[in-house]
Amino acid sequence: MSLNMVIAGFGGQGILFAGKIVAYSGLIDGKEISWLPSYGPEMRGGTANCSICISDKAIGSPLVTTPNVFIAMNGPSFDKFINSVEPGGIVIVESSLINKKVERDDVKVSYVPASALAEENGLKGLANIILIGKLFKEFGFSSEEALYKAVEKCVPAKKAHLIEANKKALELGMNS
Amino acid sequence: MAERFLMKGNEALAEAAIQAGCRHFFGYPITPQTELAAYMSKKMPKIGGTYLQAESEIAAANMVLGASAAGVRAMTSSSSPGISLKTEAISYMAGSDVPALIINVQRGGPGLGGIQPSQADYWQATRALGHGDFHILVFAPATVQEMVNLVSTAFDLGDKYRMPAMILADGMLGQMMEPVELPEATETQAAPKTWAVDGHEFKRERNVVNSLYLTPNDLESRVKARFERYENIKQTEQRAEEYLTDDADIVVVAYGASARVAHSAVDLARAQGIKAGMVRPITLWPFPTNIVQKVAKTAKQFLCVEMSMGQMIDDVKLSINCSKPVNFYGRTGGIIPTPAEICEEIKILEGAK
Repeated sequence: MSLNMVIAGFGGQGILFAGKIVAYSGLIDGKEISWLPSYGPEMRGGTANCSICISDKAIGSPLVTTPNVFIAMNGPSFDKFINSVEPGGIVIVESSLINKKVERDDVKVSYVPASALAEENGLKGLANIILIGKLFKEFGFSSEEALYKAVEKCVPAKKAHLIEANKKALELGMNS
Repeated sequence: MAERFLMKGNEALAEAAIQAGCRHFFGYPITPQTELAAYMSKKMPKIGGTYLQAESEIAAANMVLGASAAGVRAMTSSSSPGISLKTEAISYMAGSDVPALIINVQRGGPGLGGIQPSQADYWQATRALGHGDFHILVFAPATVQEMVNLVSTAFDLGDKYRMPAMILADGMLGQMMEPVELPEATETQAAPKTWAVDGHEFKRERNVVNSLYLTPNDLESRVKARFERYENIKQTEQRAEEYLTDDADIVVVAYGASARVAHSAVDLARAQGIKAGMVRPITLWPFPTNIVQKVAKTAKQFLCVEMSMGQMIDDVKLSINCSKPVNFYGRTGGIIPTPAEICEEIKILEGAK
């Protein structure tokens, strides 16, 4: 099944990076993929979102308007995208930062207190990756091997010491 | 097979230019093109190339004119308002018969407009990129891989015909990441540029690269000679891709980003039993008139889809002498149409036949 995903939150939460890991996982599996960021005046503290598609077929529009997966990392993004999710879609809510509940009953929702989990486990700043771990459990967008390889590929060489922490965050999310 | 990796369109354009032997980049930052210049600023100094951020777009484009006149592969890149500033120098390049690569990662206009993706510079690119009688080659990639492939094509054909070439992209293609395979680096240049002003060392006649011809007869004969070259290019360099056109009643014509969306819309329409197809121009100048004409023999009507108020539609109508209805659907100002919107339009046309 194709993945048409939107991940959204504050700038600085690693929205684009998390999206890149998902995209690379699909690439490593030999799928067609696209990754499209919101761009412009967004910066740390502003809003950021990213569309990711993984498919067996060539991807038409990389701009996802009716996602079948939505990860919300802050309140404004939750409000902006929640009603665009395809019926039957998967919604993952960063519940340390979003107090709201999803009022729709036609989507599958997981609430993950990712920031709190990250803090408790010495993985500060990796809430985004915890949520990707959770998504992997809910919607196997790639093989597990590809997912871990994608982390190795996406963490820049200068920060190679963080690869293990990222993998730990993925596992934490998978088991949350 | 070479490894496929993820690259942003803007960065892929830059790397492809380097692989094609370009070592001279002159630019000025502007969203949504800046990653291209940023990539060049990191890479060029490491490989003995020149990255120069000029004091303005006008200066950058004139530096390209100078470098190209000296016979090297040179390029500049910008987004819509910046391209407007470069048009004077591009006209000089055309008038001086020098090749160069110009990349336009379009954003909404007119004026400063916005920074979101647009295709509203079609007329500018294909009709009036500066003053005077002239054309430039215009290529419209629709994927990041095609951006890579068309960069070397644009350099090669620019050299071959001694004229500027443009890649007309948009903010969506520039910003998105897709898998790409980069070609092996080729240093193979076209035929030696015997016309270049690169120092005669008293061993040959001096070359002159100039666009000033004060005698009307001189100027007219030069322009006419150039237009003979254009005629030849029109016959030989048209490129387009057809999708399900063989039995299509309604043929969508779209390029670049909107062609991706239209492709999905055609699939949606087919799933509902509507015989839809698509022609995707890859060269915008020369416009793929031959392919549109061929399709017009069987198609009942056309639908142009653009991220503008309707510009390429003129070329579709001209190509077929308005022999079939040519309809239009577009969004502008930085809005990307959705496949559902376009499919709805196809359904309306199907119902109205």
